[in-house]
Amino acid sequence: MTDKPKESIHTRIWREEPEPNNPFATRAAYCHGYDVYGDMLGRARWADMLYLLFRGEAPSAAQANLLDALALALANPGPRDASVHAAMCGGVAGSTAAASLMAALSVGAGRYGGAREVFDAMNIWITVGHDLTAWIRHASEWESSTLDIWPQAEHPAGFDPYGVTTSTTVLQCLDKLAGMGPFPHLAWLAANRQHLEASLGLPLALVGVAAAVLVDLGFSAQEGEMLYLMLRLPGAAAHALEQSDSGFKHFPFYPVEWTPSQECAEAP
Amino acid sequence: MKGVEFLANNAGRLKTAVGVCYPGSHAIFRGHDLHADLRDMDWVELYVFGITGRRFSKPQVRLLHAIWVYTSYPDARLWNNRVAALTTSARSSSNLGMAAAIAVSEATVYGGRAGLQSMQFLMRAKAALDAGAELRTHVQTELQERRIYGYGRPINSTDERIPWMMALVKELGFDQGPHLKLAFEVEKVLLPLYPKLRMNYAALHAALIADLGLSLREYQLLRVPTFMAGMVPCAVEAAEKPQGAMFPTPCSEVAYEGAGKRAWPA
Repeated sequence: MTDKPKESIHTRIWREEPEPNNPFATRAAYCHGYDVYGDMLGRARWADMLYLLFRGEAPSAAQANLLDALALALANPGPRDASVHAAMCGGVAGSTAAASLMAALSVGAGRYGGAREVFDAMNIWITVGHDLTAWIRHASEWESSTLDIWPQAEHPAGFDPYGVTTSTTVLQCLDKLAGMGPFPHLAWLAANRQHLEASLGLPLALVGVAAAVLVDLGFSAQEGEMLYLMLRLPGAAAHALEQSDSGFKHFPFYPVEWTPSQECAEAP
Repeated sequence: MKGVEFLANNAGRLKTAVGVCYPGSHAIFRGHDLHADLRDMDWVELYVFGITGRRFSKPQVRLLHAIWVYTSYPDARLWNNRVAALTTSARSSSNLGMAAAIAVSEATVYGGRAGLQSMQFLMRAKAALDAGAELRTHVQTELQERRIYGYGRPINSTDERIPWMMALVKELGFDQGPHLKLAFEVEKVLLPLYPKLRMNYAALHAALIADLGLSLREYQLLRVPTFMAGMVPCAVEAAEKPQGAMFPTPCSEVAYEGAGKRAWPA
């Protein structure tokens, strides 16, 4: 067996040393050079590991604290959220655990409150930085000229298309997280929130705060999209399990209005 | 109706125009009684009717069947099929494996995104030509602005599916479709410039569907089960083998290219 056979998985993230008697068993595992089980375990936090996996370096204490706080803020979107609703549809009818999480991931991946909206919002920051005029222009030009597998965006990324005023939880989140800084994008968002909201005609959403956090932590838009998907799963799992315990008789099976000759919805 | 009022108006009920089931009685599928009116429908015909709300002829439905049959490759090395095989090899549910493999098939170098982009390119090109543009000029402009999907193939540039499909296309009389003819014309423009950019199955698939009159979004939905029949044998065989038999990877088959060993900061 050579060190680098023809069919190899190439990685900069993970190195495993085999047990002397078994090439498939791990004697030591290193994440970006750090001994995970021999050195990190018991000393590093979940947030440290997340940051390390994606960024390749250990976070500062402030960065780990911020990621930890974001994870708490995103952990449970609640049963009204479409992604959690999807997970509950799995739980209530006895679908597998993975199916419930796959349902939450699929529904929570989109451009209305989902991970693709985080991707879009992060790209505003990454493209225009703190240029307020450019930021508003970029956020307002949400429609792309070409069609992709993702549906077209229908509102400025990071803002609530149905919102009336900024919700208290979003304000609490922005205030607390910006206060953990200095974090430049969170600070800028906190300072300019009202101007942005007035210009775009919509209140800030939690998606927008999450995007600012993820940019402040140095993640790319692709990395932020992945993290947002992952960090919202705990609530989906818990609610799916709860519904599997309570059963479908206690889960809504909505009345239907079948209107074959009419439009079933108006544009928001 | 906007904002909160719009949400409130849609809360607590399902407003639908496509269908409804009445348990113990009957089910409506796009305005038809599923059992009384549609029970003899071919499944693919029903599927495309569900997507578009339009009825397709028997030759058109046969073409759709063939497009899927001709690309059903039960080779577990293929990335999407590998997901199906790994799932059952890891003794997970085959349903989960198929769903994940189908999700993975919406890929960029093959599958869903490649097909969608290819169809979009052909539609753009046809619109440009209809407006008086010259094909060579249009293709060169596209090449400068973006990658052209539907030409070239990751592993081998020759696509063995095309002659088989074209034989059937001719037999069914679909060989004069404007998008199909255009797809071959584009290949003639590309090949002298890039010999590896032979037309692939994505372009053929996209052209045929465009000629059937489906929109890009309808095509995206139509594609969903495209590779499914090829995935199933991979899942079945992996389930029949002992657990963990698919692609076991010793430590030596991972080529580490990252940072050297270092101590975790105190």
